[in-house]
Amino acid sequence: MTVTISSELLVQASALRKVYDSGFVAVDGIDFQLRRGEAFGFLGPNGAGKSSTMRMLGCVSPLSAGSLRMLGLETAEHGPEIRARIGVVPQDDTLDTELTVRENLLIYGRYFGLGRAVIRERAERLLEFARLTDKADAQVEALSGGMRRRLTIARALVNEPEILLLDEPTTGLDPQARHLLWERLYQLKADGVTLVLTTHYMDEAEQLCDRLVVMDAGRIVAEGSPQDLIRTHATREVLELRFPPGEQQLTAGRLAALAERVEVLPDRVLLYCEDGETALAAVHAERITPLTALVRRASLEDVFLTLTGRTLVD
Amino acid sequence: MTVLSAPHTAVHHGRLRGAGNMVARNLLIYRHTWYLLLAEVFEPVLYLLSIGVGIGQLVGRVPGLGDSPVAYSAFVAPALLATAAMNGAMNETTFNMFAKLRLNRTYESIRATPMTAQHIALGEALWAVLRGTLITTGFLVVVSVLGLAHSAGILLVLPGAALIGFAFASAGLVVVTYLRSWQDFQFIQLAMLPMFLFATTFYPLGVYPRWLQIVVECLPLYQSIELVRQPSLGQVGFQLLVPVVYLTVFGAVSLRWAMRRIDRALTR
Amino acid sequence: MALLPDLARSPALREFTYWMHRYRRTWRGTVVVNVANPLLFLAAMGVGLGRLVDDGGSDHLHGATYLAFFAPGLLAAAAMQNAFLDSAGPVFQSARQRGNYRAAAATPMRPADILTGHLLFTGFRVLTSALAFVVVIVATGAVPWRHSLLLLPAALLTGLAFAAPVAAWAVTVTRSTRINGVFRFVLLPMYMFSGTFYSTTQLPDWLRAVVSVTPLYQGIQLCRELALGTAAPLDSGVHVLYLAAMATAGLLLGRRTYTRHLYG
Ligand SMILES: Nc1ncnc2c1ncn2[C@@H]1O[C@H](COP(=O)(O)OP(=O)(O)O)[C@@H](O)[C@H]1O
Ligand SMILES: [Mg+2]
Repeated sequence: MTVTISSELLVQASALRKVYDSGFVAVDGIDFQLRRGEAFGFLGPNGAGKSSTMRMLGCVSPLSAGSLRMLGLETAEHGPEIRARIGVVPQDDTLDTELTVRENLLIYGRYFGLGRAVIRERAERLLEFARLTDKADAQVEALSGGMRRRLTIARALVNEPEILLLDEPTTGLDPQARHLLWERLYQLKADGVTLVLTTHYMDEAEQLCDRLVVMDAGRIVAEGSPQDLIRTHATREVLELRFPPGEQQLTAGRLAALAERVEVLPDRVLLYCEDGETALAAVHAERITPLTALVRRASLEDVFLTLTGRTLVD
Repeated sequence: MTVLSAPHTAVHHGRLRGAGNMVARNLLIYRHTWYLLLAEVFEPVLYLLSIGVGIGQLVGRVPGLGDSPVAYSAFVAPALLATAAMNGAMNETTFNMFAKLRLNRTYESIRATPMTAQHIALGEALWAVLRGTLITTGFLVVVSVLGLAHSAGILLVLPGAALIGFAFASAGLVVVTYLRSWQDFQFIQLAMLPMFLFATTFYPLGVYPRWLQIVVECLPLYQSIELVRQPSLGQVGFQLLVPVVYLTVFGAVSLRWAMRRIDRALTR
Repeated sequence: MALLPDLARSPALREFTYWMHRYRRTWRGTVVVNVANPLLFLAAMGVGLGRLVDDGGSDHLHGATYLAFFAPGLLAAAAMQNAFLDSAGPVFQSARQRGNYRAAAATPMRPADILTGHLLFTGFRVLTSALAFVVVIVATGAVPWRHSLLLLPAALLTGLAFAAPVAAWAVTVTRSTRINGVFRFVLLPMYMFSGTFYSTTQLPDWLRAVVSVTPLYQGIQLCRELALGTAAPLDSGVHVLYLAAMATAGLLLGRRTYTRHLYG
């Protein structure tokens, strides 16, 4: 079986722009493409324009300029057809609070025009998938944050979508709930669902995404696999030093010569280098004594810091 | 679980199919809270028993539509019936829809599916008509039990109630898109209460000076009351076309306007 | 004079000030319900329906015009409604979602002060709405102005006879639908049958007996006797005592429910 390139590309966005009525430019001309089976991420701080992009991908927010083709169709003309084939997990849960857990799935299936028998069968399977079978008859309000998130994801899968859009799937969840959710998303990925997700957690992006773009102020500032991005925009290791209050400013200048690049944050100094231990030895040799010193591998956080001079989560 | 296994079927809702989905959702909820409808039957029944009967003793008979004066309660009952249909429909598309539109963002999640704003508007209007008609039916049963249904024309009341429901449900759909907070509901009350009180609910048009009569005749509730009162008092004829045409046009124009407004409200 | 500085520093007054502060932002909207609503009823029923009733010439009204009969009844009914609207929903919300009761309870204010402060505010609202209404009915000539002065305290007393017990109950409510339910199934029937629109002498004996023990009936009778100038010390005294007893009982009960809820 041969697969042509055009059928491979599920999403083609070019010069995509979103300007709100207020005149605010939330998305400022971005290009990206997405292949079937990929897990693709938008990494960026609050206000970067991630949700605005996701709403355009969800075909509920008209483009201000540019073009967006999904599943081979132009979003502007084929909203309902495209929406029939995608699943959406919005940033804030929009579950139907007047219905029970199971009813949420049953009714949502009807919105896709699915037959009753099909929906019933899928609802049970999805309850299982979301680990909510024993909550099936509970009111939505009685669910924990993690359970609501899983129900929202289950709901988005009721039409067996080809693309699943997840806007900040784990923001606000405790670590345990996050890990359970990640595990569920791996499962989907293994099943071949194309995932598009936004996050401002670099660990989430590193764990889940094959490929990602870094967004800042409505623009894409870098693109690649997590490893590529770290290789291109950061060094292999990072040495983090903390100093007593007041001393950081005095020593920062002296550290500049000891690493490829030095980043001074309010509470610590980062030294970018190939080998953290060697750099630390050099620091000690200079008779500089930090309160604490930590050597770690570079992460996407460092990529973002390099590209924008700011941290992801403030 | 394999998600991609099923062959994809293109879904493009017909209008009614999409609207039917909204009705199905609301029916599911009313399976648990049907008794709320009884509360809305209760209110006009109270008015009827208290004002219709109590004031009836003070008033005696009122000049009816034709030649013979009618008992006061028989005069008031059809107006309360029309009001019940109006409230039953409009409460749904204002109070209940406001929460879904602004607070719970229910429609936002529905719009993420192949459903469109048109489906949502049409579905909610349809549901509201159903609800208004149900409430009216409940009230009609009470009226008949009390022996206030004098004419077979009373059976025309049910399609009449559906039309009244349609007109006010659609008007409610327009209004709800302009509301910003619960406080704004006071303005609805500011329009609805005077209409309820002055649109010949409790006394005939003849009480007013001519210029005021003309103003009252333009009110949608006046037309609704006429649509119900005339057949209830045994007056069935071509003059009923006036309220029928008025309410149909009023409802259709409102519905079109509402569809545009809801689409805008759900699009960012 | 010694009383005044004390009062100004009283914790209950601080709660009152809190509500007045909110009120300064929202009073315009509430005018619709509190003032326009009864005036619309007065115009439609008192004047419009009055023409039919006065033509009928019933002797249930003891020679008064329908407007003169209806207006004081409506005054009492509006006092009840306004008292309910200001004490049921706001108390429920303060105790639940909005949480300002819990915030207040964390200060030196005692639950009793919070309750008293809220009732002071409700009383203020009932009184100002009643004032607007009385000005209108005196201006229309429905009530002679000499009879109107005592109408304000009578309306206030009627309002408090509802506000205190309702607040005592509302602080314990867990679902907002209960409040709507009580409005629909308790207040509305009372409004309809306690003699607002017509004399209770028209009712069957059994219903009349039931109605005569409702606080609204007592409030309506008091206002009507004052407005029509038929007040007699004994009859009117009974109404006043009844209403005062309701208010006091509500206050005492409320102290307990507030304490249990806010410290529980
Ligand atoms: N409906 C809207 N109207 C006007 N501005 C908006 C609207 N939605 C979002 N914005 C603005 O657009 C910017 C990007 O928002 P968003 O796409 O939600 O970012 P992110 O999801 O990355 O946090 C923000 O500054 C936000 O305030
Ligand atoms: Mg966002």
